[in-house]
Amino acid sequence: MSEQLGGGGFEGMERATHADGAIAVANPRGSGFRRELERAVRQMVAARWPVFAVVFLTLAAIAATFGSWLAPFDPNRQNLVLRLADPMAAGPDGSTFWLGSDALGRDVLSRLLYGARVSLTVGFAAIAVGGTLGIIAGLLSGYFGGWVDDAIMRLGDIQLAFPFILLAIMFLVVLGSGVWNLILVLGIGQWVTYARIVRADTLSLREKEFVEAARAMGDSTPSIIFRTILPNILAPLTVIASFNVASVILSEAALSFLGLGVPPEVPTWGSMLAESRDTLVANKWWLAVFPGVAIMLTVLSFNILGDWLRDFLDPRLRERT
Amino acid sequence: MGAYVVRRLLQSVIVVVGVTLVSFLALQAGGDPTYLFVSERASQEEIEATRRALGFDRPLHVQYLSFVRDLTRGDFGQSLSYRQPAMEIVLEALPATIELTLFAMALALILAIPFGVLAAINRGTAWDGSITTASMLGQSIPSFWMGIMMILFFGLYIRLFPISGHVPFLTPLLSGDVGTAFANLPRTLYHLILPGIAVATYSLARNTRLVRSSLLEVLEADYVRTARSKGLSEKRVLIHHALRNAWLPVVTIVGLEFGFLLGGVVVVETVFSYPGIGRLLFAAINQRDIPLVQAGVVLLASIFILLNLLVDLIYVRLDPRVKLAGGRG
Repeated sequence: MSEQLGGGGFEGMERATHADGAIAVANPRGSGFRRELERAVRQMVAARWPVFAVVFLTLAAIAATFGSWLAPFDPNRQNLVLRLADPMAAGPDGSTFWLGSDALGRDVLSRLLYGARVSLTVGFAAIAVGGTLGIIAGLLSGYFGGWVDDAIMRLGDIQLAFPFILLAIMFLVVLGSGVWNLILVLGIGQWVTYARIVRADTLSLREKEFVEAARAMGDSTPSIIFRTILPNILAPLTVIASFNVASVILSEAALSFLGLGVPPEVPTWGSMLAESRDTLVANKWWLAVFPGVAIMLTVLSFNILGDWLRDFLDPRLRERT
Repeated sequence: MGAYVVRRLLQSVIVVVGVTLVSFLALQAGGDPTYLFVSERASQEEIEATRRALGFDRPLHVQYLSFVRDLTRGDFGQSLSYRQPAMEIVLEALPATIELTLFAMALALILAIPFGVLAAINRGTAWDGSITTASMLGQSIPSFWMGIMMILFFGLYIRLFPISGHVPFLTPLLSGDVGTAFANLPRTLYHLILPGIAVATYSLARNTRLVRSSLLEVLEADYVRTARSKGLSEKRVLIHHALRNAWLPVVTIVGLEFGFLLGGVVVVETVFSYPGIGRLLFAAINQRDIPLVQAGVVLLASIFILLNLLVDLIYVRLDPRVKLAGGRG
């Protein structure tokens, strides 16, 4: 794995030497990084779609961070006189419901902006939880082998044999809904993927010369695992993480839709869709269309980004994701 | 072969034990489960009596063992909201869920092949572009939103398909009434179309990409070049040489497919008011009817585990290399 990933770096360095050898030799790392970044941007622009994904996700991140300032209304402010207003309809005091209002007269746009916060926070936090657990489990499994490996990997097999959505339902019903429980359950749902990949890479790195060298120099085992091996296996994980954020956001939406997500006073895209069902037959389409589009574009962006990242790092990773 | 089967069976048993343990612990994880079974205004004596009656005063491992003993008899206890055995209610809803899952699975597998082939043999053209883009989109749409959009469009706008309801096929078939079953079949399928598409979208998109990429890979293989250089027609090369191997990866995931689809089924049933286990679970979740949730989850999980076991065992027969590797893929 390290050779594959190093390939890009060497290529960059080689080019750097051709261009201005002195700098490349003096500071190969900095220059290589800049080259890599340039290559990344070039490839991104050439592929077109990743640019769209980055732009959209930046907007979503802005909405998630500054939603409270950007939103024209308090997302929970009800206005029973102006219920189910059409998009672009006039709101109270000369304002406008750009995306309409819902059955309680709450502004759809404001709720949508607040919803970005839950989706993105849960998405990233769950990956952080699942990724950390999985990376540690995979490192231990791959480095120590033997019964540690057996125990961890069999545990993973067992979890994968259990349809994840059912596991999530079971725990959330009993633990109760809430952002932290959601993050925990969705995170635990993801660890096996990371553990398997990290384990395979650790197994192959364990016998490499540079690990051998670290061992010979008397590095402690934790230092070898976390300082020598870990940095060399992180790159392919970013690809997995990107696809994973997409699927976690989908799961979060589904669980929120089932009423298992966050408490009802927190607007989320999934719960907005759940509420939209009551007014569907009355053809209040905007309540169902906008939150769905928000979910779709976010998930799509992460999927596109994952695809691009995979091709950028190493097209051969295709087989594993 | 024998050793592999034994190991695989043993693994399934462990998983089933894991499932029961998880569903048992789920009941305990929220604190004293007695409070789920008594009304909010129950007196301390009533709570004590209920706790003793339901056995929650016993040590945990004793409770678990008796939970498992009841499970083996299919006894999940009484549903809190229906006041009848939870398993009975779940089993009643099972055929409808199986119909929807099979229908969606068929859509996802059968349609993926022509789409994937079309994209692969026209690589780089507009065909490829639109199929690849569509499958990228398909993997990004939540199944329940797909359902809602189809209700809006097909159900309310052009009024082509029914947006709710279910006509049973398996239930009369299983009770021996073959005539009614097949008389129902056209209407069964008619009602399955919208929820079926909603459930299948994600898998269909993923399978299409899978067929496309594995066909592209196979088309580069030596034996395909050999077949071409022998002067065989492109069609013959495709059907008799390339496609055979190209859809192997799809067959591999048939068992896992059920698990993916299940996630969709649970939510999509709710959207279409489809009387299966998913809608039942949804109602049970909202009423915190834990025995009913347990029964539904354990039943679906067991079916999933059994199916995967079957697929694995069939796979060993189909592909002898699996045995040597000692596991699947």
